[in-house]
Amino acid sequence: MSLELKNVEKKVGIETHIHSANLKLEKNTINVLLGSTLAGKTTLMQIMAGLDKPTSGEVWFNGENVTGKEVQKRNCSMVYQQFINYPNFTVFENIASPLKITGVNSKEIKERVGKVAELLKLSAMLNKKPDELSGGQQQRTALARALVKDSDLILLDEPLANLDFKLREELREELPKLFEDRDCIVVYATTEPLDALMIGGNTATLLKGKIIQYGKTLEVYNKPENLTSAKVFSDPPMNIAEINKSGDTFKLTDNNFQWKSAVKIKDGFYKIGIRPHNITTYKEGNNSVEINGKVLISELSGSESLIHFTNGNLNWVSLSNGIQQKNIGEDTKLYMNTDEFLYFDQNNRLVNHG
Amino acid sequence: MNKTLNQKAWFFVIPVFVLVAFNAVVPLMTVVNYSFQETFGSNVFAWEGTRWFKEILHSERFHASLGRQFIFTFIILLIQLPLGIAIALTMPKKGWGVPVCLILMSMPLLIPWNVVGAMWNIFALPEIGFLGNSLNSLGFDYNFTQQSGDAWFTTILMDVWHWTSLVVLLSYAGLNSIQPAYYQAAEIDGASRWDVFRYIELPKMKKVLTLAILLRFMDSFMIYTEPFVLTGGGPGNATNFLSLDLVKMALGQFDLGPAAAMSLIYFLIVLLICWVFYTLMMKDEGRT
Repeated sequence: MSLELKNVEKKVGIETHIHSANLKLEKNTINVLLGSTLAGKTTLMQIMAGLDKPTSGEVWFNGENVTGKEVQKRNCSMVYQQFINYPNFTVFENIASPLKITGVNSKEIKERVGKVAELLKLSAMLNKKPDELSGGQQQRTALARALVKDSDLILLDEPLANLDFKLREELREELPKLFEDRDCIVVYATTEPLDALMIGGNTATLLKGKIIQYGKTLEVYNKPENLTSAKVFSDPPMNIAEINKSGDTFKLTDNNFQWKSAVKIKDGFYKIGIRPHNITTYKEGNNSVEINGKVLISELSGSESLIHFTNGNLNWVSLSNGIQQKNIGEDTKLYMNTDEFLYFDQNNRLVNHG
Repeated sequence: MNKTLNQKAWFFVIPVFVLVAFNAVVPLMTVVNYSFQETFGSNVFAWEGTRWFKEILHSERFHASLGRQFIFTFIILLIQLPLGIAIALTMPKKGWGVPVCLILMSMPLLIPWNVVGAMWNIFALPEIGFLGNSLNSLGFDYNFTQQSGDAWFTTILMDVWHWTSLVVLLSYAGLNSIQPAYYQAAEIDGASRWDVFRYIELPKMKKVLTLAILLRFMDSFMIYTEPFVLTGGGPGNATNFLSLDLVKMALGQFDLGPAAAMSLIYFLIVLLICWVFYTLMMKDEGRT
């Protein structure tokens, strides 16, 4: 089983929503579409489902060209950001609805709904109506409806976005387990890099209707092919600066700050990308470099401290563990873990280094 | 925790009390006053107790106009609701068609009621009116001033023309508040158009439709101006609805006592039906 997009393009009027997308999703995988709003995640999913037709290009499923095949004739299900359930059906009837339409007998319906309800902790609420449930339970019902069908393709369009923090974390943990033993392809769209990391599987980074990179989630995170992919997959935003390397000296072109490193790349100009958690108020790693900064903003979240600071023209963000109390305008010392730096060439491609 | 006692808040309620007193309580009490007494003008009153109420409740004239009123309201609800929903379903959801349709739909609602009556009167006149003349030249024997069936037909047609828009606008608002994801989800499920209407659109429109039914019930049950101008209750008593009859009794015959009793009964009927209906419809609501 596989889903393949071949040169899929989507244009609406003069606007291009999807630029020539190529993607091959394999059986039994969870695939995260990661990108900000308007990156084209939803459009891509609708094309995968058959709710929308591509302007050009083809969609292949299991070796069959399904471009233009109606959604009813494909075996897929979808969960949305909004909690979509039939308003005057009970939870049981809601979960059973896709089975009823396909004419499954009532004994089997009962069995399958019961199983899924248990999996999603809905067994006690089968006789309630959606508006008697909490947001989390409503979304669980929608998930149950998607799961009960045994679809080949399950699409989740930011399913956790409307949930409050606690429920989101809880459901996010459960999600990968729900799909573990299922014979299907799962596609999960999200705007949050953290979602992708926690769900694992594969990730495709998207920006403005283009698929930037697709691969194993950790690989995309650790080795972004290019600067764009790195930016999409970084929250808080990645710190970027131009550097000039000669010998073992690395110099920021903006403000003459320099350090020495044994990284083996050719001499010349590069861009470096530093994830905020690699600039900390304490030393980390064997090759850390000290940098002075003037504190702009300091945000404490309890377990982490986000410090925005300036150094010359730089305006960077650092993320340290624990509470690091800093006053605005204070001069402070921070440490950059040079082992974790990402180097990009003048074409914004990642430079492999040893 | 101890709450400080502060009665100053009552001052803020006083304006409302005064207003409501003058526009509702005082006039209503005047009517109550009339309904228990007999008067011949010049401020001379004689106590009659519940005599007028008994008389009205047993009067055949009242039964007849109440019956006509119920039939009329029932018919127009039966036509306007499905028609309004159907029109709302076919209206465009985006593009230039939206303002065009909305303006076209609002037009009848903006016309003063007696103008509507006058318009339809002229429109339906058998000799010179466009509707009346066309019907007659098509071979129908149509004359709303002479035949009660035609009078009913014209009154109902006029009301449908005048008020269906209200149902359309309310339903349209209800339909527009349904998120597109609902339709997509139904499509993925393989639900038919009827299923979508029955299980998504109708339940989602429940609140606005309740409102539409209430408004249309009240307005049509108390209809006065339009039939007054169109038929004046005729021919004979054929379209003599409750409020027309009431005005005839109060101002035509100057029977203030019975008319007052009748208005109170009338008022209670409207109140009772609205309350029962609303309570039934909202039985499952209120939880979120």
